[in-house]
Amino acid sequence: MNRIDEIRVLIARRKRWDTAFVVCGVIALMIGILTFVTLFVDMAIDGLPRLSWDFFTSFPSRRPEQAGILSAWVGSTLVMVATAFFAVPLGVAAGIYLEEYAAKNWVTDVIEINITNLAGVPSIIYGLLALGLFVYTFGLGQSILSAGLTLALLILPVVIVATREAIRSIPQGIREGAYALGATQWQLCKDHIVPYSMPGILTGVIIGMARAIGETAPIITIGALTFIAFLPPPPVQPEPPFISFEWLFSPFTVMPIQMFNWTSRPEAAFHQNAAAAGFVLVLMTLAMNGLAIWLRYRLRKKIKW
Amino acid sequence: MVNTQAKAEVKSLSFYYGDFNALKNISMPVYDKRVTALIGPSGCGKSTFLRSFNRMHDLYPGNRYEGEIRLYPDDVNVLAAGVDPIEVRMRISMVFQKPNPFPKSIYENVAYGLRVRGESRRVTLNDKVEEALRSAALWEEVKDRLQEPAFNLSGGQQQRLCIARALATDPEILLFDEPTSALDPIATASIEELIHDLKTKVTIVIVTHNMQQAARVSDYTAYMYLGELIEYGVTDEIFIKPKKKQTEDYITGRFG
Repeated sequence: MNRIDEIRVLIARRKRWDTAFVVCGVIALMIGILTFVTLFVDMAIDGLPRLSWDFFTSFPSRRPEQAGILSAWVGSTLVMVATAFFAVPLGVAAGIYLEEYAAKNWVTDVIEINITNLAGVPSIIYGLLALGLFVYTFGLGQSILSAGLTLALLILPVVIVATREAIRSIPQGIREGAYALGATQWQLCKDHIVPYSMPGILTGVIIGMARAIGETAPIITIGALTFIAFLPPPPVQPEPPFISFEWLFSPFTVMPIQMFNWTSRPEAAFHQNAAAAGFVLVLMTLAMNGLAIWLRYRLRKKIKW
Repeated sequence: MVNTQAKAEVKSLSFYYGDFNALKNISMPVYDKRVTALIGPSGCGKSTFLRSFNRMHDLYPGNRYEGEIRLYPDDVNVLAAGVDPIEVRMRISMVFQKPNPFPKSIYENVAYGLRVRGESRRVTLNDKVEEALRSAALWEEVKDRLQEPAFNLSGGQQQRLCIARALATDPEILLFDEPTSALDPIATASIEELIHDLKTKVTIVIVTHNMQQAARVSDYTAYMYLGELIEYGVTDEIFIKPKKKQTEDYITGRFG
């Protein structure tokens, strides 16, 4: 056997490991993907026959064929709006402070560890905190506002971490460039840090929201209703001042609670409704993740270094 | 050429990164409307020295200056604790080793220094941006695409954009930190030519690891080694007849 054949045999032997790893990797990936696909398809088979325009525009009902998810999807949407309203400014400000302003000392380290821990706290604990703090102490009641604040707290660590990651990816040369022109720290943040980290921040926010929209435990804990046949007052009114915030204080329900309510009933027809609602909920989550990917792609095209 | 005014005077400057003594008792003048080159092997402290002029070291904790850099005509010590680094950076601009344009339009890059100063009048901004781009020999190339992103420019153009950005605020001193080390020879030549032209307007201090570059563009040269200023003098004299053996070894390529 000459030298070149030896080399080829050696390469072939080593490449077997590549093949072996690819097989393992694909199997690992398929377990995850197939689980999701199976669940989703199963839910779609059960639920799709129930999906119709009426399903989206009807309130829940004692008769399964007339029941719909109007109050649930409106509730989920409004809670998400409130969540974003509180989580984004708080999380972004905290992230910017930690990355750009905070001194690198043990206090900052303790805060960082706490934020990481916060992300791991079970969501029911947030529910209990919110019940004591928002619902009773602040007297906000079992309202959309309470739910929004609760879920905002829940996704705050996600937003903070996403903000910090995004800020860290900005090259130091950009900071030095701005400082060298005489910029103050605030000018650096407002003109450079925030705009350049926006794609990452938005992605983090939406991924956090996609998690929040499926949260059930904390929402039940603060006392969302399970059967609700009215809508919150609309945010826009025909008379001045045109904008109303009354909806924030309205009782509500959300998609996962509506599902939970239907699955706990004996009639099979309600289980179909639950499957249909689950299908819609997963689509809402996927749509939000899709939006995050699209936004990141769009915005990152404009920012390069 | 020797008969010129000092724009700045470095007096017994020492600098510490934590416990590490990076600059040791440096004293030398910086002459007005002249180019001063800082040369020396890697790690000799030339960039550290340059970054002391606009207080860039203040951005990181644990750094400490001793001594003075006096800026004329008002004779203020830019390193004094009572002097705001922002004030210093508004008078002394800097161009970095790697072109670092902001991910904004060409126009906004050049205008940024003025915006920082609160300038928002369109006419003033337009005039200043054009003037700075002309000074940086970039105007003809970019005048029709000022709103395009700066990263569409080539490396050499980006570096000239950074020079325009630094010039737009009429600095008293312009610092160059190895401005051509990331560029090809043609772009390097154009930057060198630009530096040569700019000295009628502004005092220049340039760090370079390229001795031919120092010889070509500078009027005065300082040779540094291990944080110390070994020799300072008129460039021609340093390169033709250095006083110290160490300097001669370095510039003739026997060392470094």
